[in-house]
Amino acid sequence: MESEQLYHRGYCRNSYNSIASASSDEELLDGAGIVMDFHTTEDDNLLDGDAASRGSNYTMSNGGGGPSSSTHLLDFLEEPIPGVGTYDDFHTIDWVREKCKDRERHRKINSKKKESAWEFTKSLYDAWSGWLVVTLTGLASGALAGLIDIAADWMNDLKEGVCLSAMWFNHEQCCWTSNETTFAERDKCPQWKSWAELILGQAEGPGSYIMNYFMYIYWALSFAFLAVCLVKVFAPYACGSGIPEIKTILSGFIIRGYLGKWTLMIKTITLVLAVASGLSLGKEGPLVHVACCCGNIFSYLFPKYSKNEAKKREVLSAASAAGVSVAFGAPIGGVLFSLEEVSYYFPLKTLWRSFFAALVAAFVLRSINPFGNSRLVLFYVEYHTPWYIFELLPFILLGVFGGLWGAFFIRANIAWCRRRKSTRFGKYPVLEVILVAAITAVVAFPNPYTRQNTSELIKELFTDCGPLESSQLCQYRSQMNGSKAFTDNPNRPAGPGVYSAMWQLCLALIFKIIMTIFTFGLKVPSGLFIPSMAIGAIAGRIVGIAMEQLAYYHHDWFLFKEWCEVGADCITPGLYAMVGAAACLGGVTRMTVSLVVIVFELTGGLEYIVPLMAAVMTSKWVGDAFGREGIYEAHIRLNGYPFLDAKEEFTHTTLARDVMRPRSSDPPLAVLTQDDLTVEELQSVINETSYNGFPVIVSKESQRLVGFALRRDITIAIENARRKQEGILLNSRVYFTQHAPTLPADSPRPLKLRSILDMSPFTVTDHTPMEIVVDIFRKLGLRQCLVTHNGIVLGIITKKNILEHLEELKQHTEPLAPSWYYHKKRYPSSHGSNGEPRSRVHHVQLIRSFQDGRREEDEEEVCLLNGSNL
Amino acid sequence: MFCFDTVVICAVVVQPVVLLVEMPGRGGSWVFVPATLVTVLLLETAVPVQAKNFEDVRCKCICPPYRNISGHIYNKNVTQKDCTCLHVVEPMPVPGHDVEAYCLLCECKYEERSSNTIKVTIIIYLSVVGALLLYMLFLLLVDPLIRKHDPYTQPLHNEEDSEEMRPRAESGSARGNTVLERVEGAQQRWKKQVQEQRKTVFDRHKLLS
Repeated sequence: MESEQLYHRGYCRNSYNSIASASSDEELLDGAGIVMDFHTTEDDNLLDGDAASRGSNYTMSNGGGGPSSSTHLLDFLEEPIPGVGTYDDFHTIDWVREKCKDRERHRKINSKKKESAWEFTKSLYDAWSGWLVVTLTGLASGALAGLIDIAADWMNDLKEGVCLSAMWFNHEQCCWTSNETTFAERDKCPQWKSWAELILGQAEGPGSYIMNYFMYIYWALSFAFLAVCLVKVFAPYACGSGIPEIKTILSGFIIRGYLGKWTLMIKTITLVLAVASGLSLGKEGPLVHVACCCGNIFSYLFPKYSKNEAKKREVLSAASAAGVSVAFGAPIGGVLFSLEEVSYYFPLKTLWRSFFAALVAAFVLRSINPFGNSRLVLFYVEYHTPWYIFELLPFILLGVFGGLWGAFFIRANIAWCRRRKSTRFGKYPVLEVILVAAITAVVAFPNPYTRQNTSELIKELFTDCGPLESSQLCQYRSQMNGSKAFTDNPNRPAGPGVYSAMWQLCLALIFKIIMTIFTFGLKVPSGLFIPSMAIGAIAGRIVGIAMEQLAYYHHDWFLFKEWCEVGADCITPGLYAMVGAAACLGGVTRMTVSLVVIVFELTGGLEYIVPLMAAVMTSKWVGDAFGREGIYEAHIRLNGYPFLDAKEEFTHTTLARDVMRPRSSDPPLAVLTQDDLTVEELQSVINETSYNGFPVIVSKESQRLVGFALRRDITIAIENARRKQEGILLNSRVYFTQHAPTLPADSPRPLKLRSILDMSPFTVTDHTPMEIVVDIFRKLGLRQCLVTHNGIVLGIITKKNILEHLEELKQHTEPLAPSWYYHKKRYPSSHGSNGEPRSRVHHVQLIRSFQDGRREEDEEEVCLLNGSNL
Repeated sequence: MFCFDTVVICAVVVQPVVLLVEMPGRGGSWVFVPATLVTVLLLETAVPVQAKNFEDVRCKCICPPYRNISGHIYNKNVTQKDCTCLHVVEPMPVPGHDVEAYCLLCECKYEERSSNTIKVTIIIYLSVVGALLLYMLFLLLVDPLIRKHDPYTQPLHNEEDSEEMRPRAESGSARGNTVLERVEGAQQRWKKQVQEQRKTVFDRHKLLS
C-alpha cells in the first residue's frame, strides 16, 4: 500500500510535463488528479519555459522505447538508445525505474491494441506471456527434477553394485518383479549383484566386505572428482546451494551468468554426481537454483520479461516456488517458501503465478513418477496414530535441540567458510572436495545408517514400526504368542536389534553433524535441507524410542497412566523423527510457516500441525537467542552481497544527513550541470571518477536539482552519438535541457542527453530519519536516493551506504544519550550556530569537482568487486 | 600425425555438442533445453501406450509372520482392481477358514513404474555426462596443443593475419560467415565468461564461498 503510493508520487512527478503538455495521449489518465508539482522558481522557468506550449514528453525510460513524440525531428537521441537502461554485472537494479519502464511499455501496447488485428494479437500474447512463462518453467523444472531423482538414485546404488539384467535400474527397480525376495531380506534378489559378487564371486565374508568397501570409496571419490571438475571447468557458478545468491538476485542484484544455461546444465549434472557421491548434502536447495535457471532462460522468450529486470524477478519468484514444489513434493509449501524465504517483492499476481508454477511442476514430476511409489518424494509417510498432550514436552525438547543445532551449525559453518574465503586453504577446491568425500566414504561405509542414501535414511526413520517392517529399528522383543500381537501394534520392549540400532544412530548423528559443517560450502552443488532433516530425524527417532521404552517400563506414571494403557500404542517414534527433522531444519533456516506446511504436506496428516508448530517455533526462539540470522542470511553477509533484509527492523535514530555521502570530511559531490559542459569535460568526469551516477543540477550558481544520470547511460549515449550523429566533437556542448542553450555561431553541434536523464530521482531532505529512508529503500527497492536541503543537492545515499551504516550500527551499539547529542558529537552539524545552514560550498563544489575528479559515492559494487572495475 | 588424428576425432565428437550447446548463445534459438525436455515428456506420454508391459506393473503383498508361517512377499502382475490378498497370495499357506484372518494382516500395494522412462533418462544422462567429459578433456588437453601454435604462426603471417583478422572481428560482432566460425566465436566468448566466473569464485572468493 504504502509503497504503491510512494511509487505513484514518484511516477507522477516524472510525468508532470506530459500532463502540462496536453498531448492527446492516454497517458493523461494515469496522472490525472494528482497535484502537479509546479514549483515555478526562476530555475524551473528557465528549464521548462515553454513546456506547456510544445508537445514534449519527458520520459525517463529509454530501453523500453519510450514515446518519442518530440517535435525535434532531428533529435536522434529522442529515440531509445540501444543499451541504455540495462545494467552491468554486479550492479543493483532500480526497481522504480524498471516498473516505470514496464508501465510505459504496457501503455504503449494498450494504445496500439485497437489499431489492427495483429497488434491485438500481440497485446494478447503480451498479457498471457506471464502465465506462459511460468507454465514452461514449471514443466521444465518438473522434468529436470524427475531426471535428477532417477539418475541420482541409480548412481547412488551404483556404489554398491549393478543390475545385471538391466543396467539402468537401481537396486529397488532391479528387484521390482523378482519373486525371490524374502520377508527378512526384502532387498535381495539374484538380478542385483554387489561388486564383490561380480568381482570375487562371493557375496559373504571378509574379502567381499573389503571389496565392497573399496568399490564404495572408489565410486564416491570418482563421482566427487567428476562433479568438482565439471563445476570448475564449465560453470563455477553452479556450486553451492544457490539460495543465498537467489535471494540476493531477487532483491535486485545482477549476477550475469548465474542463472544461465551452462549453469543450469552443469548444476543438473553435477547435482546428481554430488548426491551419489555420498557427501552429506541434499538436492533440495540446488533444485531451487535449477528451477530459477529455467525461469530465467524461458523469460528470454518473452520481451516483457527479458527486457525488464523487475519483471524477470517475478518469474524467478514463481520459479523458486516450483523448485521447492518438486524438491519436497509440496506445492503449497513451495509457494510459501518463495514468499517467506526467497522473494523480496511478492505482489499477489506473483503469488498466483507461483501457485500455478508449483502446480505444473508437481504435476509433471508426479507423472514421471521417479520413485515408483506414486509420490513426489521418497520419504512420504502416512501416520494415523493420534498424539497426546503430554507429548508436547518431548516435542518442545526436540525444538530446543533443533535451535541449538541450528545456532551451532551456522556459527561453525560460517567460521569454516570464512577460513576458506580468507586463507590459502581456499585455493584448493578440488583437493578439498576429494578429501571430504574420502573421509565421508571411509567413515560412512561401516555404519548402515550412514552408508545408505540420506533420503532413504530419512524414510526409514520416518516410517513407523508395523508388523510389515523388517528393519533393525523394529526388532522389538516380540510378544507374539498368537496373531493378536499384530492387530494393534502396542508399545513393546526393545529387542537387541533396537539397542544396536540406537548405538549406530548415535554414531551416525555425530558423524552427520560434523560432516555437514564441512560439506556445506564445498565447490559442488550442495543443499542443506536433507542433511539437516536427517540429523533431526535421527535425534527425533532416538528420543521417540526412549519415550516409548519409558512408557513401556513406567506405564504407571501419572502421565502415561492416563493415556498409555498396557498393550496400547501411545508413542509413535516415527512422528518424533519427523518433528525433529522439522525442528532442525527450522533451526538452520529460521523458516516457520513454510517449513510446517512443507512437512505436513510430506506426511499428509493435518493432525500433526500443532506438534510441528510447537517444535519449529521453539527452535526458532532458541536459535534466535544465539544469533538472529539464518544460514542463508549469514552466507549473504559473509559474501558481502548487497542485500537489504526486509525482515529486520531499523531501530536507530540517525538522520539521512549522517549517512549520506560525501561525509563532511570528504571532497564535495561530483555533479553535472545541465547545459554548460562540453563532451570532453563530461568524459573527464566519467573517467576520473568511479561512480555510477551523477546528479544533474541547474547551474553552478543555483545548484538546484534537475535530475540524475547514470554513468553507464552517459557512456553509451556519448558512444552512440559519436557513431551516429555528425558534428559531435570533443568541445561540443552537452545539455540536459529541452532546448539547446544559445551558443556562439561557430561552436560545434551540441549533444542532447535529455533522454537519458532520470527526471524523477528520489529525494529526501537531510533531516529525514534513517528509519524512513531505510523503509523507502526496502519497499521501493531504490538504488540511490538524493539528499536535498531547500532543493539543493547535498549528497547521495546508496544501498551500499545503508548497508554500511547498518553494519556500523550493529558493531557499536548506539549509546543511550539523546540523538541530538550523539549527532553533535560524531558528526558536525551542517547548521551554523544561528540555525541557518552553513555555506553550501562545503558540500557541493562544482568547478573543482570536475578538474580533480572528486568523488561522489555511488558504487553498487559493494564489497563485491572492490578495486576491480569491470 | 597422431596428435592431429586425435584432434580431428575429438572435434568430430565435440562439435555437435558444441553446436547444441552454443547455438542458444546466439540469442533466439533456445532449442537445446526445451528440445530435451520435450523429448523426455513425449517419451513420458508415449511410454504407457505401448508398454504397460509385464514389467511395469506389480501388485506386491507383504504378509507378516502368522502362527508358524514365516513372513512372505508376493509379487504378481494383476490389474489394480484385483490387487488384493485373495488374488495375489498363491498358493494360500493357510487352510480355508484362516484365510480371512491371514489376509487381514497382509498389505497389498499396487505400484506402477515406467521402465522406459528410467532407461531413457539414464541413457540421456550418461550421454550428456560423457559428452561433457570428452569436451572437458578436449578443452584441457587438446585445446592448449592447438593454441600453442598460434604464437609461432602469428609473427610470420602477421600482415595476412591482420588483414584476415579484421573482417573476422567485424563479422564476429555482426554474424559469422560459416557455422564453424560462429561456433568458434561463441566458444571464445563463453570461455572468457567462464574464466571470469572462475576468477570470481575460486580466486577472489567474492561469490559463493
